Amino acid sequence: MAEHLTPTIRVAAGLRQGGDAASAAATPLIRIENLSLYYGRAKALSNITLSIPERLVTAFIGPSGCGKSTLLRCLNRMNDLIDNVRIEGRVAIHGHDLYDAKTDVIELRKRVGMVFQKSNPFPKSIYENIAYGLRLRGMRDRRMLDETVERSLRQAALWDEVKDRLHASALGLSGGQQQRVCIARAIAIQPEILLMDEPASALDPLATARIEDLILDLKKEFTIVIVTHNMQQAARISDSTAFFYLGELIEFDATRRLFTNPARKQTEDYVTGRFG
Amino acid sequence: MEHFEHELSVLKQRLLVMASYAENAVNRAVEALRNRDDALAQKVKEDDTVLDELEMELDELAIGLLAQAPLASDLRLITVAMKITQNLERVGDEATKIAKRTRELNQEPPLKAASALPQLAERAVRMLRNALDAFVSGNTAAARALVAEDKEVDALNRQILAELEAVMAESPQNIKRCLNLMVVSRSLERVADHAKNVAEEAVYLREAVDIRHSHPSAAPPA
Repeated sequence: MAEHLTPTIRVAAGLRQGGDAASAAATPLIRIENLSLYYGRAKALSNITLSIPERLVTAFIGPSGCGKSTLLRCLNRMNDLIDNVRIEGRVAIHGHDLYDAKTDVIELRKRVGMVFQKSNPFPKSIYENIAYGLRLRGMRDRRMLDETVERSLRQAALWDEVKDRLHASALGLSGGQQQRVCIARAIAIQPEILLMDEPASALDPLATARIEDLILDLKKEFTIVIVTHNMQQAARISDSTAFFYLGELIEFDATRRLFTNPARKQTEDYVTGRFG
Repeated sequence: MEHFEHELSVLKQRLLVMASYAENAVNRAVEALRNRDDALAQKVKEDDTVLDELEMELDELAIGLLAQAPLASDLRLITVAMKITQNLERVGDEATKIAKRTRELNQEPPLKAASALPQLAERAVRMLRNALDAFVSGNTAAARALVAEDKEVDALNRQILAELEAVMAESPQNIKRCLNLMVVSRSLERVADHAKNVAEEAVYLREAVDIRHSHPSAAPPA
């Protein structure tokens, strides 16, 4: 069975049970090593070691409070915005430590975009939502802006629905469309990595299906890490899945294997709904 | 979750009921053949509808469970149950074929041929019973052994067919009875094939390893 897997998935599969299989990994895009995170004195993440492969979808699953969103926010240093957070260990992208004193956090967040559970478009037009970040990066040429806005909206599978009302408020769109505006906004500045924190949990099944299709299209260009409570969603869209419990990485494996034959009893109990 | 658990346990119970019917059908077909018992052969044919109905009932139960998007061992159990159900229904069809040919054979005097047929029948019945036991108990070593045993049963069937061909060549009067015995032999061999399939599913259920079309000693995952 393993011979049918791509080399990258095999790398992911080699990390079964959170074990350190760095030697098996070609060059994972994101490498998390012995990462612990504290909110004050409370330990929210405990010694996480994980390699996230490039241009694939990696899902983080686990019960509420297990640390999956906290870990996601470590990947673009969003936790820096929270008081009393202390981090030990290392998170590296292309081998460069994100928590090194020399790291430019603004530059990092351009490379690592983020989409949240609740869509949060700016109270501006659809066009301006996408163009805003581009202007901040110094893009002034109108034609280039137009082209990039169109390309981003097409990539977010939204262009056909909004091309005739680009200058209408983004807040007038449906929830699913607003979320795709946020995705278009995130990918407009061409990040390498997209972090998604339950991006479809507030959407109806149809809008959810569109977001899932979009994620599968986007992984051709971007490395995607998604936090989801919906295990069927993780099964549908991710290549590898990490299961967390009480701040610990319990199991990391190719998604198909984790959902058909998990190695750890805690994972089996969680994915079959017999947890606790 | 409680509702799902209940439905899953109903699926398991009904699968075991179906398994016992299938095993019983083959046992009785073989007994009817051995004892030249027309009445028993007729009963086997009549009872086949029970297996057909159970197949449909189990499929419906399994589809209802799959619609709830199960994962891990639950997902394996449901998919395995669907495959085993299909094999058991076909076991019933083979038992019916044996019963039908038995009634035709009973219309003529017994033919001294196919001496290995009782041995083939005994092995096919035993394989089916052992495969179902392996499924219930999760004994994957026993299940793997059945995959190897199926090859021996295939060889036995080939030996019987060759013997019957030779007997047919001796006299045209033997042809009809030999053809009936050939069908019986082939049906018994197919019962063993279905037993092997059930055994392979038992291994998948327990170990999540697909041993179909591969060597029976395919190693379980580390």
